[in-house]
Amino acid sequence: MSFLADVLAWFADPVNWSGSGGIPNRVFEHVQLSTFAMMIAALLGIIPAVILGHARRGGVLAVAAVNIARAVPSFAIIALALPVSIALGLGLGFWPTLLALVALAIPPMFTNAYTAVRDVDPGVVEAARGMGMTPAGILAKVEVPMALPIILAAVRVSAVQVVATATLGAIVAWGGLGRYVIDGFATRNNVEVFAGGLLVALLAVATEVGFGVLERLVEPRGLRMLRGQEQVVRPAPT
Amino acid sequence: MIRWDWIGRNLDDIGALTGEHLLLTGIAVAAGLVVSLGLSAIALRFRKTYAPITWVTGILYTIPSLALFAFLVPITGLSILTAEIGLVSYTLLILIRNIVAGIDGVPPAIKEAADAMGYTRRHRLWAVEIPLALPVIVAGIRIATVTTIGLVTVTSLIGQGGLGALILRGLGTFYSPIGTTQIIVGTVLSVILAVAADVSLAFAERVLTPWARRREAAA
Repeated sequence: MSFLADVLAWFADPVNWSGSGGIPNRVFEHVQLSTFAMMIAALLGIIPAVILGHARRGGVLAVAAVNIARAVPSFAIIALALPVSIALGLGLGFWPTLLALVALAIPPMFTNAYTAVRDVDPGVVEAARGMGMTPAGILAKVEVPMALPIILAAVRVSAVQVVATATLGAIVAWGGLGRYVIDGFATRNNVEVFAGGLLVALLAVATEVGFGVLERLVEPRGLRMLRGQEQVVRPAPT
Repeated sequence: MIRWDWIGRNLDDIGALTGEHLLLTGIAVAAGLVVSLGLSAIALRFRKTYAPITWVTGILYTIPSLALFAFLVPITGLSILTAEIGLVSYTLLILIRNIVAGIDGVPPAIKEAADAMGYTRRHRLWAVEIPLALPVIVAGIRIATVTTIGLVTVTSLIGQGGLGALILRGLGTFYSPIGTTQIIVGTVLSVILAVAADVSLAFAERVLTPWARRREAAA
């Protein structure tokens, strides 16, 4: 029991709540970098996926993207991002972590968004065309809204993966919540390790739940009845 | 950029780490399969348990591995046991979903035919349902194996890691060409292992389900 008491004492210690190494700043760093990475990856992953899905071209790319992403370990991507970042003159910490997270988040979002748009009921698309809608109108008013639940689910699973992998940013000298775990391992401080693990796990679960709620809020009302089993391809855990 | 001479001088070491990587993966997938078969049997027998089982294993899947290791290290230390508990826990969701989906996907008519031929429940499971579910189960094992090969690299942070240890060493001296070489060698070999494991399992599936090939040939 004394170990858990030590963990509680760690959380109660004001030192751990202030300054650059404090919990608020570490959470801020973690969420900030994850958000940047998700925004860039969503732009680079979802937009081409929607266009290719509309044209129903590029299926091979979609399958390859997710398979390659599964075979390359996230840990290796973070590690590889370091020499790349240094070669680009971007240094340690923030940039290699951001590069790695963007690279990780693109494939699942691309593949899921592509499949979602491509698999929109052709009868519905045909009907829209028959009503005289332009291709751009069909894309914006029919295909994207109908694919939205799966696209959002893809954003959710990618966000969870990004938050999880951002923890590993600590190995390339970035901040975030991984710092507590990595520094705790280095100094054999199990209390700090455990507390850090708890914060990371809470943030990951909060991301999953938060995006889940968001999905329900923005889902087009007409599609609510169609919601079934989750069809989204999950990225590998980190 | 790559120091080939370093690779040449350290082939033994690289080979040993590759072996360790395979061992960590093999233990994790085998243990994960045993646990998953047990939990799937429960879920198939008592339908109400399927939702809670996938819920719990889904949460395990969501928790970042570094956090999971952080919870385990105070109890089991920086050991291979800690690594394996973590690795096994990530295989469960994928394996259980595929085993249950595979068994559920066996056409009812075939099960009825087996019943009519006098198969007992257990005999029907082993002789009819599992063989027919094999493609879906093997698909799960393939994903679990590829995923585990990737995750093993993270266990370098708790003193294990196979090729991950090589990557971590490279990170320690990232400013030198040798460091970059270690990172690249660790990554490339880990990807090769993942692809090789995936292809071998696909091949094993073909050997284990000869009737599927015969059907393909007939069609």
